Amino acid sequence: MLNESEAPPKDPAPAEDDYRPSARRLERERLRRARTRRAVAIAAASTLATAVVLYLAVTHAPGWPRTRETFLNAHYARVALPQVLKGLWLNVRLLVCCGALILVLGLLLALARTLRGPVFFPLRALATAYVDFFRGLPLIICLLGVVFGVPALRLQGVTNNPVVLGGAALVLTYAAYVAEVFRAGIESVHPSQRAAARSLGLTGVQAMRYVVLPQAVRRVVPPLLNDLVSLQKDTGLVSIAGAVDAVYAAQIITGESFNYTPYVVAGLVFVALTIPMTRFTDWVTARMNRRQSQGGVV
Amino acid sequence: MTRVVLRMEAVRKSYGHAVVLRDVDLEVPEHTVTALIGASGSGKSTLLRCANLLEEVDDGAIFLDDEEITDPRADQDAVRRRIGVVFQAYNLFPHMTVLENITLAPRRVHRVPRAQAEERARELLTRLGLADKAAEYPDRLSGGQQQRVAIARALAGQPRLLLLDEITAALDPELVGEVLSVVRDLKEQGMTMVIATHEMGFAREVADQVCFLDGGVVLERGAPQEVFGAPRQERTQRFLRRIVEAGRL
Repeated sequence: MLNESEAPPKDPAPAEDDYRPSARRLERERLRRARTRRAVAIAAASTLATAVVLYLAVTHAPGWPRTRETFLNAHYARVALPQVLKGLWLNVRLLVCCGALILVLGLLLALARTLRGPVFFPLRALATAYVDFFRGLPLIICLLGVVFGVPALRLQGVTNNPVVLGGAALVLTYAAYVAEVFRAGIESVHPSQRAAARSLGLTGVQAMRYVVLPQAVRRVVPPLLNDLVSLQKDTGLVSIAGAVDAVYAAQIITGESFNYTPYVVAGLVFVALTIPMTRFTDWVTARMNRRQSQGGVV
Repeated sequence: MTRVVLRMEAVRKSYGHAVVLRDVDLEVPEHTVTALIGASGSGKSTLLRCANLLEEVDDGAIFLDDEEITDPRADQDAVRRRIGVVFQAYNLFPHMTVLENITLAPRRVHRVPRAQAEERARELLTRLGLADKAAEYPDRLSGGQQQRVAIARALAGQPRLLLLDEITAALDPELVGEVLSVVRDLKEQGMTMVIATHEMGFAREVADQVCFLDGGVVLERGAPQEVFGAPRQERTQRFLRRIVEAGRL
């Protein structure tokens, strides 16, 4: 781990004391720099060795030439990329719309489950039943049920649009997951916080709104972002309803050419979309840890 | 000649532009108690955190039994194994019972068999008057009891040196006594200790050496009767006068 003190002292000292680093400090810093250099060198060497071994293992496999032709064909990659990207736009839109709805619905479900008092029993029971059911139901079955079941009802004014229905299925399932994440966060706030808020005269709802929820939400940001990354990939499942997203676009080209490269392209595009999100998650988590910890080296 | 357990030489520590410790020298001989006094923010806690390597010093060196522990090549875990720390806010692990809190380090760090670790923990608890609390969880104990558990936890590793960081600051006055009497017993048993404290009467009574910190500098150091009885520095005098006015000496 790099500490600030391992870098050479940037600004020696404020003017008021005439501090000069001692020989002991300079020697210590030299030692730390040497150690950092050694660590970097070892990391680089072991990374390189691993990469070489992996590369040789794959390229010397007996079926490699055939595999390369079927899965890593440059021509089909070029053909597929624009189509896949066009399809990806649908995935992105789904992610944003569903993500927002999921957060709202999930939070409402979590709040419903934390309500106290006999009056709210039906609401609590309903929320619990909802979460139990949709968290257990495989997403793909939920999707098939909504996408093919709802149009079969022939209800007046209800859309048959596979994108909307597919999105609805995603929201139904993911809201149940997210509700549990929120609930875990709410319950992780120490009871003394609620006691402090209530003793200031805040009502139960106010205590939740101003004291408990802000802490709970901050705590569950990393798992929530995790669920969003997962949602981003699962938006690809709306292709089973016939919506042309990135996966379906790849499938169309593969169906015509019997070459699987488009799938690889679609897969890589999803990965490329996920990486910034993952880094963002890491950054948020690290920043929170920095702000909440009292510092020190352990 | 008695051995010096902890020695600090020209220790400096700053956070950004704020210099918290400046050229601090300190010697803590074996079987003695050193009290660190001074206003909040004078650097007492930082000094203790540096001694336990919870903070990295910017400059200077710290020695434990003549071994430089601020050397980047020193094994920090091994150093911390030899130092016990008690924090102001107890820092007990809420998910463990009292007994588990105390036996954690002996079992996982010192590899003492469970039965033996628990036996020793129960001995410690008996000594600290907590024999019946072994199976309780920390949150069910009073502050004074929790702090005594924290002391037992620090002692379980049989440390060479005990650092006490304002261990009574979070306690009710009537609970302060029970914790301080434990410290008094420890002194009698020859434990080497460094104590950051606001309890001046206690510091005067129990310390062999008193250091008055002001703005990260050890402004005055000496036997308690010198520092409390005839402070040389004007700042020390002012500090003590304020303490007396507050009725704490």
